[in-house]
Amino acid sequence: MAKTITFTLNGNLVSVEADGSRMLAYVLRSDLGLTGTKIGCGEGLCGACTVLLDGEAVRSCSTPLEGVAGKSVLTIEGLERDGVLHPVQEAFLSHGAYQCGFCTPGMILSTVALLQKTPGPDRQRVAEALDGNLCRCGAHVRILAAVEAAAAKGGVR
Amino acid sequence: MINRRDFLKATGAVGLFVSFPLSAFQEPEKVPQRPSYPKDFNAYLKIGPDGRVGCFVGKIEMGQGTMTALAVLAAEELDVPLERVDMLMGDTDLCPWDGGTWGSLSVWQFGPVLRGAAAEARAVLVQLASEQLGVPVARLQVREGLVSVAGDPARHVSYGQLVEGRRIERHLQDVKPKPVAQFSLVGKNAPRKDGRPKVTGAARYAADLLPPGTLHACLLRPPAHGARLLSVDVSAAEQMAGIKVIQNGDLVAVLHARPDVARKALGLVRAQFQPSPSTLDDRNIFDHLLKAAPPAKELAARGSIPAGAARVEQRLEATYLNSYVAHAPLEPHTAVAQWDKGRLTVWASTQAPFPLKGQLAQALGLRPQEVRVITPFLGGGFGGKGIAPQALEAARLARLAGTPVQVAWSRQEEFFLDTFRPAALVKIRSGLDKDGRIAFWEHHVYCAGEAEAETVYDIPHQRILASGGWMGGNPPGLHPFGIGPWRAPAANTNVYARESHMDALAARAHLDPLEFRLKHLKNPRMIAVLHAVEKVFGWRPRPGPSGRGFGVACADHRDTLVAAMAEVAVDAKTGEVQVKRVVVAQDMGVVVNPDGARQQMEGCITMGLGYALSEEVRFKDGKVLDENFDTYKIPRFSQVPEIQTILIDNPSLPAQGGGEPAIVVMGALLANAIHDAVGVPMLQLPMTPERIRKAMEARPSA
Ligand code: FES
Ligand code: FES
Repeated sequence: MAKTITFTLNGNLVSVEADGSRMLAYVLRSDLGLTGTKIGCGEGLCGACTVLLDGEAVRSCSTPLEGVAGKSVLTIEGLERDGVLHPVQEAFLSHGAYQCGFCTPGMILSTVALLQKTPGPDRQRVAEALDGNLCRCGAHVRILAAVEAAAAKGGVR
Repeated sequence: MINRRDFLKATGAVGLFVSFPLSAFQEPEKVPQRPSYPKDFNAYLKIGPDGRVGCFVGKIEMGQGTMTALAVLAAEELDVPLERVDMLMGDTDLCPWDGGTWGSLSVWQFGPVLRGAAAEARAVLVQLASEQLGVPVARLQVREGLVSVAGDPARHVSYGQLVEGRRIERHLQDVKPKPVAQFSLVGKNAPRKDGRPKVTGAARYAADLLPPGTLHACLLRPPAHGARLLSVDVSAAEQMAGIKVIQNGDLVAVLHARPDVARKALGLVRAQFQPSPSTLDDRNIFDHLLKAAPPAKELAARGSIPAGAARVEQRLEATYLNSYVAHAPLEPHTAVAQWDKGRLTVWASTQAPFPLKGQLAQALGLRPQEVRVITPFLGGGFGGKGIAPQALEAARLARLAGTPVQVAWSRQEEFFLDTFRPAALVKIRSGLDKDGRIAFWEHHVYCAGEAEAETVYDIPHQRILASGGWMGGNPPGLHPFGIGPWRAPAANTNVYARESHMDALAARAHLDPLEFRLKHLKNPRMIAVLHAVEKVFGWRPRPGPSGRGFGVACADHRDTLVAAMAEVAVDAKTGEVQVKRVVVAQDMGVVVNPDGARQQMEGCITMGLGYALSEEVRFKDGKVLDENFDTYKIPRFSQVPEIQTILIDNPSLPAQGGGEPAIVVMGALLANAIHDAVGVPMLQLPMTPERIRKAMEARPSA
């Protein structure tokens, strides 16, 4: 049943007319045109679709739209501000922490959530936090280095 | 890739944008009998009035850094700053022909073509400058796209001014590219061209490109390979609002403006299939392959096997197995197709846009000039996107639907329709003489392919045989599903077998495995990479199995030499393996972008953990049982070891590719390290905890 669902998306209030049982990832990409959120598995198993929901990293392919009503969603498109990259984006860029880039938005958002909660995570904590984010290209060691570098600089904005 | 509008602006083609196709950039299409790289440098390079260089190449970027490496080569030869080179890749209307982007071949094979084009363009530009400035060429110098008079830099003219956005009509013969000693960009770490769009989410992949009015199509698939459609009932799906159903023979698809709604509607389609006739599964497959493989082809022979065997004190024979593995790029196969007045444009995740264009034209009864393939960024390929059946599906459906159509395979479809790396066997027969040297060696590979079946070691009596492989030409029904090239095709299998067997022989000879290899090596480059890795790893010689969990392996992958060492820990109870560290040294000739090369090596090592330890496709009666990443296990952060990479500087060899070499040693490397840890050879990949436990239980002492 289509209904109007209102939530905050990257700082702006949006209303979507849609069936509330539809998954957020598709609404973001198809209805709202924000294609930075990627779909790699569709079943909560790869992390490519990770977005922040009230600051928590969630799999948007498995998050029903009705679950975000009244809440705040942050996607990869909302991280850059006035042309200035988020420190985590900056660290991914300077460490070459991507290859094909398909896992990258999800990796970055999982990292942002981690660093908000755990400012100085050790490698094991980082690996745990990102273990559900798959990278087929094997950019892992660069990603770990980027996360550590971002953490060392505070990692949050 | 920068967006096309900015790109065309940057290259001085403002105004042409409005009417696709871009006729001014387009030659009237001549389809050569056998396509090859065009000779005219204008096909590759366009210089805008602002001096920006548009570099047009038919390669694609799938994460391997080709975009950056090729930009470096163009900038180097032209003497322009790297930031001023804009890459446009994989568009069959705008880019010169290319045969496809295959792992590590881009730089090695296409690099010289691009360098030659850019070197000639530079020479022509300098000649034009000489005429304009009235100064002989010998007195001119080029820096950052500015040609100036040596000793009188006020007299100068820029590339942009010389060309004014026009096509350069002049050509020069026999212009040599720069010698290695004059490189100023090649060999230095270059910032990646695709970096910023990838960290901001702006990078566009096939699923992100939606012409207005696009419908998303989900296709009905059989439950098993070989299962034929008997009947289908789409009435329930048709009742969903906004759903369009298309039925055309076996092609049954539901379409909707939203991809998830289309997927849901597909669930309402009721279909009956005849069961698959296949009786193969992931256990009986190896016996079947041995029986059904095509006849052997002799790849190499030296000396005489009987003569070698006659001198043997210890014989060793073994059979090595590896399973089917999936490409599993994080981005599934995706395409968007749009028809406009009989002309087809397809945006597709493909490694081979030009071959795809030909295939589409043929399948749809079009002339080649009526098809355009545009390749956005690829979310990984690894050989699996050399074919792009989804593009034809989208094109057919778009024609039937009368709207643009996107086909984005689900993960389940990706596992079902992927062309897997073939399951394969290698039988090695060998023997040691009284001095602990290999007296004879026979390597017979079934179903993997020929690459690296030949040994890198100096063995007097040897014979190398291959029966079939990933390239095709197999008897029908050999494999229960599609197979194809998987990152470094055939090499992973052959190197796994050869290098594992070397360790088994070293153990019989009571020699340290590194020492045993060196004893059989003549190639000084291979010896050097082994020593390089030995030093960084801190290898202390000891005959194996030593219980330490140390492993070594080496390979010659298309003239890139690679040697690796690893340390693993094996949980004796569970059979779980933790790889603690991996060191890889590589001699790949001239290194265009060292940081990019290291990234590729790290990627190979990490991806290689998967086929070595956990990845295998389970199947039964035509059904692929692995449908997603819950059961098909690719490497994760918690499994990633400490990785060190060593690049050996070798200016004497032209740049080789780096997208593959390091992965070919990973199976053997970990097999040898596990053998060293647990004391039994590992005869099957992947080395799952269960297989390791079984191998340990079968130990003679246990
Ligand atoms: S697409 Fe959502 S977790 Fe994979
Ligand atoms: S960079 Fe390709 S999947 Fe991570």
